[in-house]
Amino acid sequence: MPVGLVVVSHSRALADAAVELARGMLPGRELAVGVAAGDVDGGLGTDATAIADAIAAVDSGDGVVVLMDLGSAVLSAETALELVDDDVRERVVLSPAPLVEGLVGAAVTAAAGADRDRVAAEALRGLAPKQAHLGG
Amino acid sequence: MTVVDAAALTAWVREFARLVHDQRDTLTQLDSAIGDADHGANLDRGMTAAVAALEATPSDDPAAVLKTVATTLIKTVGGASGPLYGTFVLRASGALDGGDGAALAAALRAGYDGVVARGKAERGDKTMLDALGPACDALDEALTAGKALDEALGAAAEAAAQGRDATEPLVARKGRASYLGERSVGHVDPGAASATLLVEAAATALAGRG
Repeated sequence: MPVGLVVVSHSRALADAAVELARGMLPGRELAVGVAAGDVDGGLGTDATAIADAIAAVDSGDGVVVLMDLGSAVLSAETALELVDDDVRERVVLSPAPLVEGLVGAAVTAAAGADRDRVAAEALRGLAPKQAHLGG
Repeated sequence: MTVVDAAALTAWVREFARLVHDQRDTLTQLDSAIGDADHGANLDRGMTAAVAALEATPSDDPAAVLKTVATTLIKTVGGASGPLYGTFVLRASGALDGGDGAALAAALRAGYDGVVARGKAERGDKTMLDALGPACDALDEALTAGKALDEALGAAAEAAAQGRDATEPLVARKGRASYLGERSVGHVDPGAASATLLVEAAATALAGRG
């Protein structure tokens, strides 16, 4: 099974669109992506219990990489780690990568069957093509 | 002696919810000055849900009461105060061992340490820690000096309020207020204000218990 990915965002629409963009790179390929986005009422916000559920849902035993937007998404992702089982927690990496670029890099790498650390490393390298192009 | 039982903690939660509801607009006003104007509404929604959750699934186990409150706050608050207050209560729940004042003080200290770790913040950053830290210190000090729990909680509430007021001249270093830099000076931190209500609620709800 591929490494699982979880997208955490304040906005459900933003998370779903980011996943759609990443999936667009991988037609017909298997990818385990969970989304935990928006508050309980569907407004902007993050919910650590939803993140914990999403992690458990995509975890196949080979690890999970969590990508997130900013602010409370980061705090909620960390809090979610307190809510999952100990053995699951050890398999989860919270990625500091930018959400969209990181997700695309992680998705392509995960679908190719790479292990968790490789997927997390590719997520972190997500900005590199843009930086190279723009000379940043 | 068991003074901090499930009923006492439930009373504390209800009193905090009442104070947050009463001061919802004040908290939001503070947050509109240096944040995103949602602290009062967010915390009110979370605490209202926490009281409802305790009514739906009452427990005789003090740690279970706190666990219910923690997960409800995490689920319903939405903003950064959800994981921060959620972590505070979750760590307090995990550390609660016994029913006397010292056990309560140790649980609150564990909660405080949890917020420090979660927020990567320290005192003086113009956050809820500026109220919670002095409150924990005052509680420990009073109990060590042999004071009764309600007197010690009174001292903790006073220390929290002083800590809250002392955030006014500070430059915010964490959260959305930190984007304002020097412009955050001259405003009391909304997190320190709500954290003071939490300690005041404990002093009120546990008064006369020992």
